[in-house]
Amino acid sequence: MRVVRLEHETDFDGWRGQARSLLVDGIPPQDVAWQVGTAQADLFGALERPLDPREPSRRLRVPKQFLSDAKLAICNRDRGRFDLLYRLLWRIQQKPELLANSVDDDVYQFEKLIKSVRRDRHKMRAFVRFRAVKGETDTYVAWFEPEHRIVEENAAFFVRRFANMRWSILTPECSAHWNRETLAFGPGAKRADAPDSDALEEMWRGYYAAIFNPARLKVKAMTSEMPKKYWKNLPEAELIKPLMASAHRVETGMIDAEATPAKRRANYEFAANPPEV
Amino acid sequence: MASLSRLEKLKILADAAKYDASCSSSGSTTRDSRGGKGVGSSEGMGICHAYTPDGRCISLLKILMANYCMFDCRFCVNRISSNVQRARFMPEDLARLTIDFYKRNYIEGLFLSSGIIKSPDYTMEQLIEVARILRVREDFRGYIHLKTIPDADPLLLAEAGRLADRVSINVELPTRSGLAKFAPEKDETRIRDAMASTRDQIIGWKQERKRIKSAPRFAPAGQSTQMILGADGASDSDVLRSSTDLYGSYRLKRVYYSAFSPIPDASKDLPLQRPPLMREHRVYQADWLWRFYGFGLQDLDTAMEGGMLPLDIDPKLSWALQRRDLFPIDVNSAAKEQLLRVPGLGTKSVGSILSARRHGRLRLADIGKLCRNISKIRPFIVTQDWRPTAILDREGLRGILAPKPKQLELAF
Repeated sequence: MRVVRLEHETDFDGWRGQARSLLVDGIPPQDVAWQVGTAQADLFGALERPLDPREPSRRLRVPKQFLSDAKLAICNRDRGRFDLLYRLLWRIQQKPELLANSVDDDVYQFEKLIKSVRRDRHKMRAFVRFRAVKGETDTYVAWFEPEHRIVEENAAFFVRRFANMRWSILTPECSAHWNRETLAFGPGAKRADAPDSDALEEMWRGYYAAIFNPARLKVKAMTSEMPKKYWKNLPEAELIKPLMASAHRVETGMIDAEATPAKRRANYEFAANPPEV
Repeated sequence: MASLSRLEKLKILADAAKYDASCSSSGSTTRDSRGGKGVGSSEGMGICHAYTPDGRCISLLKILMANYCMFDCRFCVNRISSNVQRARFMPEDLARLTIDFYKRNYIEGLFLSSGIIKSPDYTMEQLIEVARILRVREDFRGYIHLKTIPDADPLLLAEAGRLADRVSINVELPTRSGLAKFAPEKDETRIRDAMASTRDQIIGWKQERKRIKSAPRFAPAGQSTQMILGADGASDSDVLRSSTDLYGSYRLKRVYYSAFSPIPDASKDLPLQRPPLMREHRVYQADWLWRFYGFGLQDLDTAMEGGMLPLDIDPKLSWALQRRDLFPIDVNSAAKEQLLRVPGLGTKSVGSILSARRHGRLRLADIGKLCRNISKIRPFIVTQDWRPTAILDREGLRGILAPKPKQLELAF
């Protein structure tokens, strides 16, 4: 049994280098134990020795897509991900087309891991809420709790979108900081490290309530796309319950209301000459 | 009248905008804020930043510039004869609000429309002014969808297309007679002329771009429209005839369907009842079958009963129950076109089947990994280890495959 150590939970470069050496040495997946950080050696108590980087004597085959997908899969919290990835890499050497077979158990599992990370990444892009830092120009901080370890992988998106703001995204395990020039990562943070409000949130909640159509209540459609676990960090979520509770009353109110006589003349004059303020 | 606060105006003008279903921010050019001075990016797939309890997403700040209107479209909350409270934002206010929201990551951009104030040209100019402030002065690189105003000068429509990612004009009702009756100031011919002009300019930009990469872009995310379901007497067959014609004639990216919903101070000319949400859902499904599954209008007619899609089962299943002579289909040998016809198999699952079957004969459990609910698909397919022994009689099969009425309630 070879025990292979990676520096941290999302150590893709480490995994890639070690996997290459294992492959060159012809070590089959069942003889490899992947470990992260300085944790105790596993039950087999195998002698630990860092693998020297090996230059392959033959060309190792890896589809381009596999590398970018593996990078995503490593962000998943699944404990068996390093094993799975090495097993796939090993099998791809024999069967280069393996990844096209979605019904293969390993490929199926791989796709599941990637899909879950992609979804989490997308939801982070959607549900991060920046709050302006008082007294500083164009500086924003967000507190977010992702499901997987996606902060580093996802930070570039926020750089592209908000390149000309200063911002930080704080999460329990990792924080990302952008100062309009450099992206830096730091340790995890606490919710209290982010501002507790933003003056614009009243406007945002006003918009959220007004754009909701009480005659179309479809709660399941909402929660399948915006699961409850995200609500605690969304300033608008406090309105969900009251809006649901009043929806039926508002709807029947609109249906039952008596028609009002149209003040058409007055309305026309307004429309022809609407106020400027 | 005391002047309204910014928050009060926002509430009135968002309330006035919510009956437009479109909120898409997908499919524009790829760009971001690096190297610029503002904010914003667009990377193909749009993002839904929040969901309201009606199950709809908030991707864009969807708002009217003004809900004063000179028109009297009966179905519209902003019609002149309505006594709802009126408000107006100036272009500067809207640009500021868009950027304030965008910087906090609430939205992908702006979807701006308006009631007709002063004149169609004046209204269109004001909408363009908002887009111009955002794009030119603020270097905003997020998404902008502009509603174009019927009868505005073609030069203004062209200007809108250069600034926006998407432009749209609503046909409102599926039939010409419905429009004449309920939207007397609107005219289908003029709406279609505007769509044709937008189509030609999009095509022109795409051709120009082949020669000169920096050719000024024109509504890169295309144009869309909306029609209201259930306000007039149009059947599903009328609706889909109209929308497929619009897709074909004007190369629309999307036709949105909006179940007519009770509105504040509604006109009594229209049926005031719960919006037909399931009907809307079925029409969207049929629209998808036409666009992505190779279904023709005749196939959609086959799925209907008396011009209407059934509400209890989806249109593909309804079609398949009428065309049981074409089933079962062998997933190990059938062509892509045939697989797309199997109820319960989506385009993604079909793609996975086609590539997986090159590696070996597929079994029922394999198909189970690629789709949501194998029990709904089973009666229609043959696999290495499965063949439906006797095709059940039509009513029996429908009974088994239709969701229980209780579940149907939950979907609302």
